[in-house]
Amino acid sequence: MKKSIFLSAIVCLLAGAITAFNTIKADSGELSLNFKHVVNGVPLKLNDNSAHYANANNDEYTVSTFKYYISNITLTTTKGKDVVIPNICFLINAADPASLKQSITGVPAGKYKGISFTIGVDSARNFAGAQTGCLDPANGMFWTWNSGYIFLKLEGYSPQSTAKLHKLTFHVGGIKRQNTLRTFSHSFNKPLQIHGNEPAAISITTDAAALFKGQNLVDFAKLNSTMGGPNAVLIADNYKNGLFSITNVQQGRYEN
Amino acid sequence: MKIKLLVFAAGLLFIAGVNTFSGLADNAFNTGDTVLFKTPENFPSPVYTFQGNPLTLNGFKLGRELFYDPILSKDRSISCANCHQQFAAFAQLDHPVSHGVDDCLGTRNTPALFNLAWQQEFMWDGGVNHIEVSPLNALTSDCEMANNLPEIVDRLKKSDKYIALFQQAFHTTDINSQLLLKALTQFTGTLISANAKYDKVMRHEEGAQFDSEEAAGYTLFKAKCAACHREPLFTDLSYRSNGLDTRSDDAGRDTITHQDADHGLFKVPSLRNVEVSGPYMHDGRFDNLAQVLEHYNAGMASPDNLDPLFKPATKPGITLSMQEQTQLTAFLKTLTDHEFLTDPAFQDTHKNNEQYE
Ligand code: HEC
Ligand code: HEC
Repeated sequence: MKKSIFLSAIVCLLAGAITAFNTIKADSGELSLNFKHVVNGVPLKLNDNSAHYANANNDEYTVSTFKYYISNITLTTTKGKDVVIPNICFLINAADPASLKQSITGVPAGKYKGISFTIGVDSARNFAGAQTGCLDPANGMFWTWNSGYIFLKLEGYSPQSTAKLHKLTFHVGGIKRQNTLRTFSHSFNKPLQIHGNEPAAISITTDAAALFKGQNLVDFAKLNSTMGGPNAVLIADNYKNGLFSITNVQQGRYEN
Repeated sequence: MKIKLLVFAAGLLFIAGVNTFSGLADNAFNTGDTVLFKTPENFPSPVYTFQGNPLTLNGFKLGRELFYDPILSKDRSISCANCHQQFAAFAQLDHPVSHGVDDCLGTRNTPALFNLAWQQEFMWDGGVNHIEVSPLNALTSDCEMANNLPEIVDRLKKSDKYIALFQQAFHTTDINSQLLLKALTQFTGTLISANAKYDKVMRHEEGAQFDSEEAAGYTLFKAKCAACHREPLFTDLSYRSNGLDTRSDDAGRDTITHQDADHGLFKVPSLRNVEVSGPYMHDGRFDNLAQVLEHYNAGMASPDNLDPLFKPATKPGITLSMQEQTQLTAFLKTLTDHEFLTDPAFQDTHKNNEQYE
């Protein structure tokens, strides 16, 4: 089967760079990142009032919005060389099925021992003025009064929340003063192979509960909203471990 | 009627005519057939150089069209120019705080817009880090234009007029928020005010001279005000407290930095065109310059983070005699740039057209 270059509406491509990247097609393959969302291991259902998710403080909650950026995806070859995927970023949105499968074409063929990516959008992109594609402020992930991208957004409700309508509003972002950029990295048990035209695939499970457990206990009566700032750092420090786990790796191979 | 047409034609000529600069100045951004931006001789280099957003006459015109078009607001009632009025140096005359859709009253005074290409940060608290994204808050804030970007882009895509204008400006009909913001910036970024009497004196232009009162005011200004309202932009673009309140209701810079030491600090505003851009201060509390000078002289509160420059004497502030206030006011009026305030290139072209028809 032949997979053509797949462009999801919210995948943005650095036009020039990706073309250059693609010219080495014969020696390259495709990698797909497939996301699944859970809360404490249970599949995430948005706006589901019967879902009784609980945080580490035993506060119950539901989730209405869960979306986040990943960028700077880097694959490390078994020889230790880093290959950076030129796509500026990917916006994963639990409410948008098309965003849950991100295909990256033109990945140099080879064997890779690890993958890493940034949770959020790097500094340069936060100070670059008007942008488009995945960074279009129309995606609702840009603070208009305090410029910069929201790296991760979780909204929902908790009976314990003291905010209006018992809302939860966790918008995490910011680099300059309170830095909330975090990196995920993973070493494969067995090298990931990319070659030929049969795509490799990595299944990633994202656990929304990671925001509320780990080094900082979150009590929704006291902390139910962050808009960057020191409280957003508490949340980012929680999810820097445990937000992502790689649950399956499918090797790429030649089709014949 | 005829005279107005002439003025308008002169405006177009101004735009077309500045190409005399091209090739001369390395700080002029040559757009092929036109130069719309030139760094004034007495100015430093700009921060924003239209990199990635090459300035063109069509881009500028599109930006101007958008700036004056209420289509951008939710109920199509308000344009940028409702709050940013040219005769007030693109501030909002007589409104202490901004006035948005449904007569919603904002919390801050609409600042004047000029020399924005020399600013790294925007808004009273400096929360916005790039000129291109500076319109976003107004476009989407419930109390300003109350719209959202997908809706605005959709409206523009359905407008034959804008399809044509975006095609001319950016050679594409694929309108998106980035092009909208870039176009607006081609207008706001070229609003340069550098032809006040003060500038002509500084540039030793023929016949330009301060009278004795203005000259005395300038001397006072350099001694008492210029540390913050630094020449030639008349702001050092820092965040400070000039003692408006003991504890400010508006957290100001603290909103952005989350540091209590920044509570109630606001960006030092430029004093260019200050004669026409009242009311004054971030919350528009003073109606006229006399009240402002009286504040510096005797009305200052003493918050913990009051700027040290106001602390030397027995009471906070800068003592100014009546005579000194008169002299300072005379000097401040030399910062009024009448050419800028009436420049036809920056006017609403529809208004002109209606008058001709
Ligand atoms: C309802 C009134 C209102 C409207 C409409 C409005 N603005 Fe503003 N504008 C303001 C206020 C108030 C501020 C200052 C806000 C603050 O400091 O928090 C501001 C600030 C700005 C600034 C930053 C200036 C500086 O020196 O920091 C720019 C640039 C700007 N507006 C451009 C625009 C553009 C372009 C539009 C149209 C898309 C627009 N504004 C529409 C009220 C308005
Ligand atoms: C220590 C710094 C500092 C000094 C010195 C200073 N100012 Fe200011 N000035 C400010 C700040 C900060 C603001 C804005 C405060 C606010 O809105 O909260 C301001 C606001 C103003 C305004 C209002 C402008 C507007 O558009 O709203 C005027 C007028 C003004 N100053 C005149 C003067 C004069 C005249 C002097 C000298 C007598 C002076 N200032 C000295 C910091 C200073």
